[in-house]
Amino acid sequence: MTLYAADSTVGNPAANIGIFALFVVITMIVVIRASKKNATADEFFTGGRSFSGPQNGIAIAGDYLSAASFLGIAGAIAVYGYDGFLYSIGFLVAWLVALLLVAELLRNTGRFTMADVLSFRLKQRPVRVAAATSTLTVSLFYLLAQMAGAGGLVALLLDIKSKSGQSVVIAVVGVLMIVYVLVGGMKGTTWVQIIKAVLLILGAGLMTVMVLAKFGLNFSEILGSAQSMISSATTEGVAKRDVLAPGAQYGGSLTSQINFISLALALVLGTAGLPHVLMRFYTVPTAKEARRSVVWAIVLIGAFYLFTLVLGYGAAALVGPDKILAAAGGVNSAAPLLAFELGGVVLLGVISAVAFATILAVVAGLTITASASFAHDIYASVLKNDKVTEAEQVKVSRITAVVLGVLAIGLGILANGQNVAFLVALAFAVAAAANLPTIIYSLYWTRFNTRGALWSMYGGLISTLILIIFSPAVSGAKTAMIPSVDFAFFPLANPGIVSIPLAFILGIVGTLSSSDPGNLEKNAEMEVRSLTGIGAEKAIAH
Amino acid sequence: MQARPEFVELKRRLRRFVFPMTAFFLIWYATYVVLGAFAHDFMATPVFGNVNVGLLIGLGQFFTTFAITGIYVRFANRELDPRAAAIREELEGRVK
Repeated sequence: MTLYAADSTVGNPAANIGIFALFVVITMIVVIRASKKNATADEFFTGGRSFSGPQNGIAIAGDYLSAASFLGIAGAIAVYGYDGFLYSIGFLVAWLVALLLVAELLRNTGRFTMADVLSFRLKQRPVRVAAATSTLTVSLFYLLAQMAGAGGLVALLLDIKSKSGQSVVIAVVGVLMIVYVLVGGMKGTTWVQIIKAVLLILGAGLMTVMVLAKFGLNFSEILGSAQSMISSATTEGVAKRDVLAPGAQYGGSLTSQINFISLALALVLGTAGLPHVLMRFYTVPTAKEARRSVVWAIVLIGAFYLFTLVLGYGAAALVGPDKILAAAGGVNSAAPLLAFELGGVVLLGVISAVAFATILAVVAGLTITASASFAHDIYASVLKNDKVTEAEQVKVSRITAVVLGVLAIGLGILANGQNVAFLVALAFAVAAAANLPTIIYSLYWTRFNTRGALWSMYGGLISTLILIIFSPAVSGAKTAMIPSVDFAFFPLANPGIVSIPLAFILGIVGTLSSSDPGNLEKNAEMEVRSLTGIGAEKAIAH
Repeated sequence: MQARPEFVELKRRLRRFVFPMTAFFLIWYATYVVLGAFAHDFMATPVFGNVNVGLLIGLGQFFTTFAITGIYVRFANRELDPRAAAIREELEGRVK
């Protein structure tokens, strides 16, 4: 995200702030009303499992469609064309993994966190520690990327250019997030996500209709004008791009092509391992509702990415790449500039406020997941041997949420202006390598045992982190986080193509090299329960 | 319980649907990604107007994702839910 571009912001910052403030007020009222009973752990962590499939599906879309996927993908399509579209397809297809393999069985087996499922039949303590470590790692990276991104959004939408001004806004975002989580728990957070998802999808849908109307509903013509605007661009290197075919962003060399495949792999396998996505499946009462949630999420997310396709090419055609790249916020400003072009100050204000709401909803979802994992997996199960009351778990979780919030504000201010875009890709890579193999094995492979889980989780986590530290994302490249030094020896910025297969293999090798047969009775119980919901659904009826 | 024919049947049906379907969409997605990374000229082949092969295959990914979702929901409602419910009722009835 470029922060120092010279051009001034468009629109009226006061209108943007006003509409955003209205969003905060409305969601706060909803959160406070929803939070009447947040005393039990079930209420606080899962909203009492009282959400319906469609509600949860909308909330999943709200949790998943981050500012990066709204502003980032529309912008990437506007400037690089087809390659931005490729990106969005990975984000969508990934949901089939969640639908077919994970959602329902996970809902039947777990209670609050991902570790519940993994430790069902494996050794509690080591597996919980490993699962919580990777949950906290993924959440923190994702959180940091969102908070740092908020700084760039501020420059673009509120016309706040000074670093201290942006820091204040990052702090405001962090404080609001803490309040949502503390007051609302999972129920309040879910409602924030539902409201945000509805606004985001309606806003994007409205803009899509307006773009299509401008071109007489002829999509081919949008593509044609987008290409001709790109071809006549004066910004260096843009004009020769063929934005209707792949290759403009990732086509340069064999390394960048493999790097792209590696990213695609992490995207498609990472989603079903993201802890804040997994936790959402516990907010519904039955496996059937979990299935309906994913169906709703797939339809909404799919529709949204189809909208961004039209918006991206529409922004290229109507705003033009020169204006987008010169604006504060660079590529990310494509969607807001298009909103201004289509609907003036009012539409720009709405879209800006939605973009902000997006950051808020996503960070709140991440915080409640991370704090639940710490309170439930580390504090209650490991430190206190399960001898804590539920009220105490909720209390610890609230404290964790505050600590995380403060940490996220501090790190977000430090990271503001740094190139941390790779953090989102990194979060997906860690989720795909450290979480997904173990989840799949423990649901489908009876022989799978504790050693396999630990090797796979730690192997996936550590290999991903090491490869990213020694990759061009961190050092040695112009776009790196620390461009001035070069200690990179791994050529790919996306480590998934190595670390994901490695984690799958480690799970098999670890399991087979150990004579531990597991707890046969527990294995049978988990198998029956995951498929039929015995025990899981009955527990809720009481 | 785990060895009962009803349960074995439920498990077999689930796996015989889910595993091949997963293999199918992962291979289809991988094909698309590899084409996108290496076969730029093929993807740029125009089909009609400014719409080219790459765009159609990309939209095809959306289509198959929606289609697989629909097929799975139909399958689960017809084949899985009644079986799971029957086993659950029998077992929970017996416990009480």
